[in-house]
Amino acid sequence: MTLLPYLVAGWLLLIGCFGVVRSRDLIHTVVCVAVAQSGTYVLLLSLGFQYGASAPVQGAPGPVVDPVVQALTLTDIVVSATVTALLLALVIQIAKRQGTVDPDELDELRG
Amino acid sequence: MSRSARWIVFWLGAGGVGTLIVLAVLKLPFGGLVHPYRELSVPAAIGRSSPNIVSSVNFDQRALDTLGEETILLGSVVGAAALLRPSKNEREQLDRDEGRVLEATKLLGYLLLPVTLIVGADVVTHGHLTPGGGFQGGVVLATGVHLLYVAGSYRMLRRLRPTKWYQLAEAVAAGAFVVLGLVGLLLTGAFLANVLPLGVLGDLFSSGTVFFLNVAVGAAVTSGVVVLLAGFLAQALSVREVR
Repeated sequence: MTLLPYLVAGWLLLIGCFGVVRSRDLIHTVVCVAVAQSGTYVLLLSLGFQYGASAPVQGAPGPVVDPVVQALTLTDIVVSATVTALLLALVIQIAKRQGTVDPDELDELRG
Repeated sequence: MSRSARWIVFWLGAGGVGTLIVLAVLKLPFGGLVHPYRELSVPAAIGRSSPNIVSSVNFDQRALDTLGEETILLGSVVGAAALLRPSKNEREQLDRDEGRVLEATKLLGYLLLPVTLIVGADVVTHGHLTPGGGFQGGVVLATGVHLLYVAGSYRMLRRLRPTKWYQLAEAVAAGAFVVLGLVGLLLTGAFLANVLPLGVLGDLFSSGTVFFLNVAVGAAVTSGVVVLLAGFLAQALSVREVR
Protein backbone atom coordinates (compact mmCIF):
# COMPACT_ATOMS: atom_id res chain seq x y z
CA MET A 1 0.00 0.00 0.00
CA THR A 2 2.84 2.40 -0.72
CA LEU A 3 0.72 4.32 -3.22
CA LEU A 4 -2.23 4.99 -0.90
CA PRO A 5 -0.97 8.12 0.97
CA TYR A 6 -0.10 9.87 -2.29
CA LEU A 7 -3.47 9.00 -3.79
CA VAL A 8 -5.18 10.34 -0.65
CA ALA A 9 -3.27 13.62 -1.14
CA GLY A 10 -4.39 13.83 -4.78
CA TRP A 11 -7.95 12.91 -3.82
CA LEU A 12 -8.10 15.69 -1.19
CA LEU A 13 -6.89 18.25 -3.75
CA LEU A 14 -9.45 17.18 -6.35
CA ILE A 15 -12.39 16.78 -3.94
CA GLY A 16 -11.61 20.29 -2.60
CA CYS A 17 -11.70 21.70 -6.15
CA PHE A 18 -14.92 19.73 -6.81
CA GLY A 19 -16.45 21.39 -3.76
CA VAL A 20 -15.41 24.84 -4.98
CA VAL A 21 -17.10 24.26 -8.36
CA ARG A 22 -20.23 22.81 -6.75
CA SER A 23 -20.43 25.53 -4.10
CA ARG A 24 -23.53 27.70 -3.69
CA ASP A 25 -22.27 29.48 -0.59
CA LEU A 26 -19.01 31.38 -0.19
CA ILE A 27 -18.36 30.00 3.33
CA HIS A 28 -18.60 26.52 1.80
CA THR A 29 -16.16 27.66 -0.93
CA VAL A 30 -13.62 28.82 1.66
CA VAL A 31 -13.84 25.52 3.55
CA CYS A 32 -13.38 23.62 0.26
CA VAL A 33 -10.23 25.64 -0.48
CA ALA A 34 -8.92 24.62 2.96
CA VAL A 35 -9.72 20.95 2.19
CA ALA A 36 -7.87 21.18 -1.14
CA GLN A 37 -4.86 22.64 0.64
CA SER A 38 -4.84 19.88 3.24
CA GLY A 39 -3.87 17.51 0.41
CA THR A 40 -0.43 19.14 0.49
CA TYR A 41 0.01 18.26 4.19
CA VAL A 42 -0.64 14.58 3.45
CA LEU A 43 1.73 14.66 0.46
CA LEU A 44 4.55 16.32 2.43
CA LEU A 45 4.21 14.04 5.46
CA SER A 46 4.10 10.91 3.26
CA LEU A 47 7.32 11.97 1.53
CA GLY A 48 9.15 12.15 4.86
CA PHE A 49 7.74 8.99 6.40
CA GLN A 50 9.88 5.98 7.20
CA TYR A 51 8.60 2.66 8.58
CA GLY A 52 9.55 2.24 12.25
CA ALA A 53 11.00 5.75 12.59
CA SER A 54 9.91 8.09 15.41
CA ALA A 55 9.24 11.82 15.76
CA PRO A 56 12.13 14.16 14.90
CA VAL A 57 12.95 15.08 18.48
CA GLN A 58 16.35 14.10 19.83
CA GLY A 59 16.05 11.47 22.51
CA ALA A 60 13.61 9.38 20.50
CA PRO A 61 15.05 5.89 19.93
CA GLY A 62 16.05 4.73 16.48
CA PRO A 63 15.83 6.66 13.21
CA VAL A 64 13.54 9.68 12.91
CA VAL A 65 11.25 10.75 10.06
CA ASP A 66 12.31 13.64 7.80
CA PRO A 67 12.03 16.87 9.86
CA VAL A 68 12.31 19.17 6.83
CA VAL A 69 8.92 18.17 5.37
CA GLN A 70 7.37 18.50 8.84
CA ALA A 71 8.68 22.07 9.04
CA LEU A 72 7.22 22.71 5.56
CA THR A 73 3.86 21.29 6.67
CA LEU A 74 3.89 23.54 9.73
CA THR A 75 4.46 26.56 7.47
CA ASP A 76 1.69 25.34 5.19
CA ILE A 77 -0.81 25.01 8.06
CA VAL A 78 -0.07 28.52 9.38
CA VAL A 79 -0.41 30.09 5.94
CA SER A 80 -3.61 28.13 5.25
CA ALA A 81 -5.16 29.21 8.56
CA THR A 82 -4.40 32.90 8.10
CA VAL A 83 -5.49 32.94 4.46
CA THR A 84 -8.73 31.20 5.46
CA ALA A 85 -9.30 33.95 8.05
CA LEU A 86 -8.70 36.63 5.40
CA LEU A 87 -11.11 34.94 2.97
CA LEU A 88 -13.79 34.63 5.67
CA ALA A 89 -13.41 38.35 6.42
CA LEU A 90 -13.92 39.03 2.70
CA VAL A 91 -17.07 36.86 2.75
CA ILE A 92 -18.46 38.94 5.63
CA GLN A 93 -17.89 42.14 3.62
CA ILE A 94 -19.46 40.61 0.50
CA ALA A 95 -22.49 39.46 2.51
CA LYS A 96 -22.93 43.00 3.89
CA ARG A 97 -22.54 44.81 0.60
CA GLN A 98 -24.31 42.43 -1.77
CA GLY A 99 -26.79 40.82 0.58
CA THR A 100 -25.95 37.34 -0.71
CA VAL A 101 -23.15 34.78 -0.46
CA ASP A 102 -24.18 32.69 -3.47
CA PRO A 103 -21.32 32.95 -5.98
CA ASP A 104 -23.78 32.58 -8.89
CA GLU A 105 -25.58 35.78 -7.88
CA LEU A 106 -22.33 37.72 -7.58
CA ASP A 107 -21.16 37.55 -11.18
CA GLU A 108 -22.50 40.95 -12.29
CA LEU A 109 -20.40 44.04 -11.72
CA ARG A 110 -22.00 46.75 -9.62
CA GLY A 111 -20.97 50.38 -9.73
CA MET B 1 -20.04 30.77 -17.46
CA SER B 2 -23.09 28.53 -17.14
CA ARG B 3 -23.10 25.76 -14.58
CA SER B 4 -22.88 22.94 -17.11
CA ALA B 5 -19.95 24.60 -18.93
CA ARG B 6 -18.22 24.98 -15.55
CA TRP B 7 -18.66 21.27 -14.87
CA ILE B 8 -17.23 20.32 -18.27
CA VAL B 9 -14.15 22.48 -17.59
CA PHE B 10 -13.83 20.97 -14.12
CA TRP B 11 -14.07 17.33 -15.22
CA LEU B 12 -11.57 17.89 -18.05
CA GLY B 13 -9.15 19.62 -15.66
CA ALA B 14 -9.68 17.16 -12.80
CA GLY B 15 -9.23 14.21 -15.15
CA GLY B 16 -5.97 15.66 -16.45
CA VAL B 17 -4.63 16.58 -13.01
CA GLY B 18 -5.73 13.23 -11.56
CA THR B 19 -3.95 11.29 -14.32
CA LEU B 20 -0.80 13.37 -13.86
CA ILE B 21 -0.87 12.82 -10.07
CA VAL B 22 -1.18 9.04 -10.50
CA LEU B 23 1.61 8.98 -13.10
CA ALA B 24 3.78 11.16 -10.84
CA VAL B 25 3.37 9.08 -7.68
CA LEU B 26 3.51 5.60 -9.27
CA LYS B 27 7.25 5.39 -8.76
CA LEU B 28 7.53 7.49 -5.59
CA PRO B 29 9.02 5.49 -2.70
CA PHE B 30 7.09 5.44 0.58
CA GLY B 31 8.45 4.72 4.05
CA GLY B 32 11.93 3.88 2.72
CA LEU B 33 15.33 4.49 4.23
CA VAL B 34 16.46 7.23 1.83
CA HIS B 35 15.88 10.74 3.20
CA PRO B 36 18.68 13.06 2.03
CA TYR B 37 17.26 16.18 3.75
CA ARG B 38 17.04 14.33 7.07
CA GLU B 39 20.65 13.15 6.86
CA LEU B 40 21.72 16.81 6.58
CA SER B 41 19.32 18.51 8.97
CA VAL B 42 19.48 16.15 11.96
CA PRO B 43 23.27 16.46 12.58
CA ALA B 44 23.01 20.24 11.99
CA ALA B 45 20.30 20.54 14.66
CA ILE B 46 22.16 18.38 17.19
CA GLY B 47 25.37 20.34 16.55
CA ARG B 48 23.52 23.53 17.52
CA SER B 49 21.93 22.01 20.65
CA SER B 50 18.30 22.07 19.56
CA PRO B 51 16.77 18.65 20.24
CA ASN B 52 13.50 19.55 18.47
CA ILE B 53 14.75 19.31 14.91
CA VAL B 54 11.62 20.83 13.36
CA SER B 55 12.20 23.98 15.46
CA SER B 56 15.84 23.99 14.42
CA VAL B 57 14.83 23.85 10.74
CA ASN B 58 12.24 26.59 11.25
CA PHE B 59 14.24 29.01 13.37
CA ASP B 60 17.86 28.30 12.54
CA GLN B 61 18.57 26.35 9.37
CA ARG B 62 15.75 27.92 7.33
CA ALA B 63 14.84 30.91 9.52
CA LEU B 64 14.47 33.14 6.47
CA ASP B 65 11.49 31.02 5.31
CA THR B 66 9.89 31.49 8.72
CA LEU B 67 10.32 35.25 8.32
CA GLY B 68 8.36 34.98 5.05
CA GLU B 69 5.68 32.91 6.78
CA GLU B 70 5.54 35.45 9.61
CA THR B 71 5.06 38.22 7.03
CA ILE B 72 2.14 36.34 5.44
CA LEU B 73 0.64 35.97 8.94
CA LEU B 74 1.07 39.70 9.62
CA GLY B 75 -0.28 40.63 6.19
CA SER B 76 -3.43 38.56 6.47
CA VAL B 77 -4.10 39.69 10.05
CA VAL B 78 -3.81 43.33 8.93
CA GLY B 79 -6.00 42.61 5.89
CA ALA B 80 -8.66 40.77 7.89
CA ALA B 81 -8.64 43.47 10.61
CA ALA B 82 -9.12 46.15 7.94
CA LEU B 83 -11.98 44.21 6.32
CA LEU B 84 -13.70 43.56 9.66
CA ARG B 85 -13.58 47.19 10.86
CA PRO B 86 -17.04 48.70 11.45
CA SER B 87 -17.93 50.80 8.40
CA LYS B 88 -19.37 54.33 8.33
CA ASN B 89 -22.95 53.37 9.10
CA GLU B 90 -22.12 50.77 11.73
CA ARG B 91 -21.62 51.17 15.45
CA GLU B 92 -20.47 48.79 18.18
CA GLN B 93 -23.40 48.02 20.47
CA LEU B 94 -23.20 45.58 23.32
CA ASP B 95 -26.36 43.65 24.07
CA ARG B 96 -27.65 43.93 27.63
CA ASP B 97 -28.91 40.37 27.58
CA GLU B 98 -26.02 38.01 27.06
CA GLY B 99 -27.81 34.73 27.39
CA ARG B 100 -27.13 32.07 29.98
CA VAL B 101 -24.04 29.96 30.62
CA LEU B 102 -24.33 26.63 32.46
CA GLU B 103 -22.72 26.65 35.91
CA ALA B 104 -20.67 23.58 34.95
CA THR B 105 -19.37 25.35 31.82
CA LYS B 106 -18.42 28.39 33.94
CA LEU B 107 -16.60 26.29 36.51
CA LEU B 108 -14.70 24.30 33.90
CA GLY B 109 -13.85 27.43 31.91
CA TYR B 110 -12.45 29.33 34.89
CA LEU B 111 -10.52 26.25 36.05
CA LEU B 112 -9.05 25.63 32.62
CA LEU B 113 -8.21 29.26 31.82
CA PRO B 114 -4.98 29.46 33.87
CA VAL B 115 -4.08 25.86 32.97
CA THR B 116 -4.42 26.58 29.24
CA LEU B 117 -2.37 29.77 29.50
CA ILE B 118 0.42 27.94 31.37
CA VAL B 119 0.39 25.05 28.87
CA GLY B 120 0.57 27.55 25.99
CA ALA B 121 3.48 29.44 27.56
CA ASP B 122 5.22 26.11 28.24
CA VAL B 123 4.80 24.94 24.63
CA VAL B 124 6.24 28.26 23.37
CA THR B 125 9.23 28.45 25.72
CA HIS B 126 10.18 24.78 25.32
CA GLY B 127 9.74 24.85 21.56
CA HIS B 128 13.41 24.03 20.92
CA LEU B 129 13.41 21.10 23.37
CA THR B 130 10.09 19.30 22.97
CA PRO B 131 7.56 18.90 20.16
CA GLY B 132 5.82 22.23 19.78
CA GLY B 133 7.03 25.75 19.31
CA GLY B 134 5.92 29.31 18.73
CA PHE B 135 3.15 28.59 16.25
CA GLN B 136 1.46 25.80 18.18
CA GLY B 137 1.89 27.45 21.60
CA GLY B 138 0.66 30.76 20.21
CA VAL B 139 -2.61 29.19 19.07
CA VAL B 140 -3.06 27.51 22.48
CA LEU B 141 -2.49 30.86 24.26
CA ALA B 142 -4.88 32.74 21.98
CA THR B 143 -7.66 30.19 22.32
CA GLY B 144 -7.05 30.04 26.08
CA VAL B 145 -7.86 33.75 26.35
CA HIS B 146 -11.22 33.03 24.71
CA LEU B 147 -12.23 30.66 27.50
CA LEU B 148 -13.25 33.97 29.12
CA TYR B 149 -15.93 34.25 26.46
CA VAL B 150 -17.04 30.63 26.76
CA ALA B 151 -17.19 30.67 30.57
CA GLY B 152 -17.84 34.33 31.33
CA SER B 153 -19.26 36.91 29.03
CA TYR B 154 -18.36 38.88 25.94
CA ARG B 155 -18.18 42.07 28.05
CA MET B 156 -15.64 40.47 30.35
CA LEU B 157 -13.56 39.24 27.43
CA ARG B 158 -13.56 42.74 25.91
CA ARG B 159 -12.51 44.33 29.20
CA LEU B 160 -9.67 41.89 29.87
CA ARG B 161 -8.45 41.68 26.28
CA PRO B 162 -7.53 45.15 24.99
CA THR B 163 -7.30 44.62 21.21
CA LYS B 164 -5.04 47.64 20.80
CA TRP B 165 -2.34 46.04 22.93
CA TYR B 166 -2.52 42.86 20.92
CA GLN B 167 -2.23 44.80 17.66
CA LEU B 168 0.85 46.51 19.08
CA ALA B 169 2.31 43.20 20.31
CA GLU B 170 1.78 41.63 16.87
CA ALA B 171 3.80 44.38 15.21
CA VAL B 172 6.51 44.40 17.91
CA ALA B 173 6.94 40.61 17.75
CA ALA B 174 7.19 40.57 13.96
CA GLY B 175 9.69 43.44 14.21
CA ALA B 176 11.73 41.59 16.86
CA PHE B 177 12.22 38.72 14.41
CA VAL B 178 13.72 41.13 11.84
CA VAL B 179 15.82 42.87 14.52
CA LEU B 180 17.30 39.51 15.62
CA GLY B 181 18.04 38.81 11.97
CA LEU B 182 19.77 42.16 11.56
CA VAL B 183 21.86 41.55 14.71
CA GLY B 184 23.06 38.34 13.07
CA LEU B 185 23.84 40.25 9.88
CA LEU B 186 25.89 42.89 11.75
CA LEU B 187 27.83 40.45 13.96
CA THR B 188 28.46 37.54 11.59
CA GLY B 189 27.66 38.83 8.11
CA ALA B 190 24.67 36.51 7.58
CA PHE B 191 21.01 37.47 8.07
CA LEU B 192 19.38 35.55 10.97
CA ALA B 193 22.66 33.82 11.82
CA ASN B 194 23.01 32.39 15.33
CA VAL B 195 24.90 34.94 17.46
CA LEU B 196 24.24 33.68 21.00
CA PRO B 197 26.14 30.92 22.81
CA LEU B 198 24.63 27.51 21.98
CA GLY B 199 24.64 26.25 25.57
CA VAL B 200 24.20 22.68 26.75
CA LEU B 201 21.89 20.37 24.77
CA GLY B 202 18.63 20.12 26.71
CA ASP B 203 18.91 23.33 28.80
CA LEU B 204 16.13 25.92 28.62
CA PHE B 205 18.50 28.67 27.47
CA SER B 206 20.29 26.63 24.85
CA SER B 207 20.40 26.58 21.04
CA GLY B 208 21.14 30.32 20.80
CA THR B 209 18.69 32.50 18.88
CA VAL B 210 16.24 29.62 18.25
CA PHE B 211 14.76 30.23 21.71
CA PHE B 212 14.22 33.95 21.12
CA LEU B 213 12.91 33.60 17.55
CA ASN B 214 10.54 30.95 18.88
CA VAL B 215 9.23 33.31 21.59
CA ALA B 216 8.89 36.16 19.06
CA VAL B 217 6.82 33.93 16.77
CA GLY B 218 4.78 32.72 19.76
CA ALA B 219 3.93 36.33 20.68
CA ALA B 220 3.13 37.21 17.06
CA VAL B 221 0.83 34.20 16.60
CA THR B 222 -0.93 34.77 19.94
CA SER B 223 -1.66 38.40 19.18
CA GLY B 224 -2.49 37.69 15.54
CA VAL B 225 -5.09 35.04 16.41
CA VAL B 226 -6.52 37.22 19.21
CA VAL B 227 -6.91 40.18 16.83
CA LEU B 228 -8.55 37.96 14.19
CA LEU B 229 -10.97 36.36 16.66
CA ALA B 230 -11.74 39.81 18.14
CA GLY B 231 -12.70 41.04 14.66
CA PHE B 232 -14.91 38.03 13.90
CA LEU B 233 -16.55 38.06 17.36
CA ALA B 234 -17.30 41.77 17.06
CA GLN B 235 -18.89 41.20 13.65
CA ALA B 236 -21.06 38.45 15.06
CA LEU B 237 -21.96 40.00 18.42
CA SER B 238 -21.64 43.75 18.64
CA VAL B 239 -21.35 45.53 15.29
CA ARG B 240 -24.82 46.73 14.25
CA GLU B 241 -25.98 48.87 11.36
CA VAL B 242 -27.22 52.31 12.43
CA ARG B 243 -29.73 54.09 10.25
